Amino acid sequence: MFTYILKRLGMTALVLLLSMVLLSLLVQVVPGDAAVVMLGNRATPEQIQKARVLMDLDQPFYVQVGRFIWRALRGDFGNDWYSGRPIIDYFKDVFWHTFVLAWASLGLAVFLGVPLGVYSASHPNSLPDRLLAVLSISFITLPSYVAGLFLLLLFAVRLKVLPATGVGNPADLWDYARHLILPATAMAIPWVGYLARLVRSSLLEVLNSNYIRVARAFGLRNRLIFYKYALKNALIPTVAVLGMGIGGMMGGAMIIEAIFARPGMGTVMLNAVSARNYPIVRAGSFIISLLFILSNLAADISYSWLDPRIQLGQGRRR
Amino acid sequence: MESVSRPSSLSARLLDRVPVLGQILQRPLGALGFVIVLVFVVVTIFAPLIAPYDPAKQDFKNLLTPPSRVHILGTDYVGRDTFSRIVYGARVAVEAAFPAVSIALFFGLLLGMLAGYTGGWVDGAILILVDSIHAFPMMILALVMVALLGPSLTNVVIIIAFAMIPGYARVTRAQVLSVKENDFVEAELNLGASTARIIVRHVLPNILGPLVILAAMDLPGVITFEAALSFLGLGVQPPTPSWGSILSDGFRNIFITPWPIVASGLTLMVTTLGFTLFGETLRDVIDPRLSGTKGI
Repeated sequence: MFTYILKRLGMTALVLLLSMVLLSLLVQVVPGDAAVVMLGNRATPEQIQKARVLMDLDQPFYVQVGRFIWRALRGDFGNDWYSGRPIIDYFKDVFWHTFVLAWASLGLAVFLGVPLGVYSASHPNSLPDRLLAVLSISFITLPSYVAGLFLLLLFAVRLKVLPATGVGNPADLWDYARHLILPATAMAIPWVGYLARLVRSSLLEVLNSNYIRVARAFGLRNRLIFYKYALKNALIPTVAVLGMGIGGMMGGAMIIEAIFARPGMGTVMLNAVSARNYPIVRAGSFIISLLFILSNLAADISYSWLDPRIQLGQGRRR
Repeated sequence: MESVSRPSSLSARLLDRVPVLGQILQRPLGALGFVIVLVFVVVTIFAPLIAPYDPAKQDFKNLLTPPSRVHILGTDYVGRDTFSRIVYGARVAVEAAFPAVSIALFFGLLLGMLAGYTGGWVDGAILILVDSIHAFPMMILALVMVALLGPSLTNVVIIIAFAMIPGYARVTRAQVLSVKENDFVEAELNLGASTARIIVRHVLPNILGPLVILAAMDLPGVITFEAALSFLGLGVQPPTPSWGSILSDGFRNIFITPWPIVASGLTLMVTTLGFTLFGETLRDVIDPRLSGTKGI
């Protein structure tokens, strides 16, 4: 167990390092001078030179990579070349809005998805189970931005019962929560379907296993078997998936933030992309993939702790 | 992953079960998926015959109109016919999705076979590389690349292909490892067969089937991802109609008319659902062992 965690940590550090190398090397694949491409044709030679120095483009590539990694690990992404403000500040201001949104949607997905999956598994092949199967797959395939636009259209534009834009006033909890409802629901919908399916299949698998059969043979009550023995084990894969989910959601929040005009990691990055401001994009990508990598790690470790049969190299990630 | 026990090619397996389509059609959801995919294919091929207008033609007398007899799904803010744009948008979806998935499949196969067949440090290096690409959520990877390369259909294809290589490489590697364990590979090796012969004659035919099915199941995801990029203005550029850009035009006028959003949103919804239903049924019919290898 301990060696497993150690190995997993080593792998994580290596992947993190390589992803940072990738981020700083990608500048090299731009045809021509990256600074010219990003600033456009109207930039003066001085501006271009300034940008080159700011991005270390005047240095050999290993210096670029080394400096980026060294600074990023200390949370320093340099200053923005337009405003002169430290880049990290742009993300500090809005990080919590995205974080809360991701957790709210994941919470909502668990709250709805797990009970649906449990119900399906306890009534296999019944009419409600079949309807739920169709509902789950429709939810899974519904892109969250389409869901977001439909929700916005219905509840904010037509019925006018919920706010359409912004995050509301963070000091006013009720107002803040009201602004969360539509975006969080939109992001949760695919996950509700996914979790319902996952819980159903893993619960059915567990119910077919030997130890449950033994419990039945011993004459334990069905209800006890179901909730005390089966459900506990059936939820293990869900825990792992949720761990990965939180990281994925931070990345997926971008398009939802754009639709609901919420300040957040995604909005900052999208604006930077439109302005071809690569240092900001790179910083945001680093922060989000760091969260993604760490949540994968947490998921794997908790998974192997909950289910000791799992070993390194036989992970369930594809 | 279960080992692949029978040395049979995809085509042989398909011939084994000629009535694959029949089996798909027997399942109601599979039949529904098949019909949707069929409609999609017909629309893409015959787009010019189906669309009543040129998708870029502006009709300034009818701006942001609701559905009418002249424009059956209404018009957008410059009077372009929404129905025609959706019909041509299906072509853009195909132009992005098919090349992207094919390229990713090709390089994924190459890397995966190299890793799985060679083993040792090559395997380790490829795994780490693949993992570090995988460390970025797909949308983030897309943002980074658009910031560097600029938005265009070609770049969308490059981005999607790049982001999908790790998935195929991993699956290929796992399949190669299991095929390699078979006695018939061992026998060939002892008879002095070359690596190339083993890969072409034994490994490839055995792993191609599952991979093609997985690729087919990835198509709806790729279509929605292309639409997402175009919605954000990071993909196909105007006036080319993508379902994503129709959505974003509609979004800008959401307080005036809901129709472009409703029309293109429903199209995206139904198409992805159809492709997924068809893909899952296909998988269950051809190779039930694969079920559960992949969440969406």
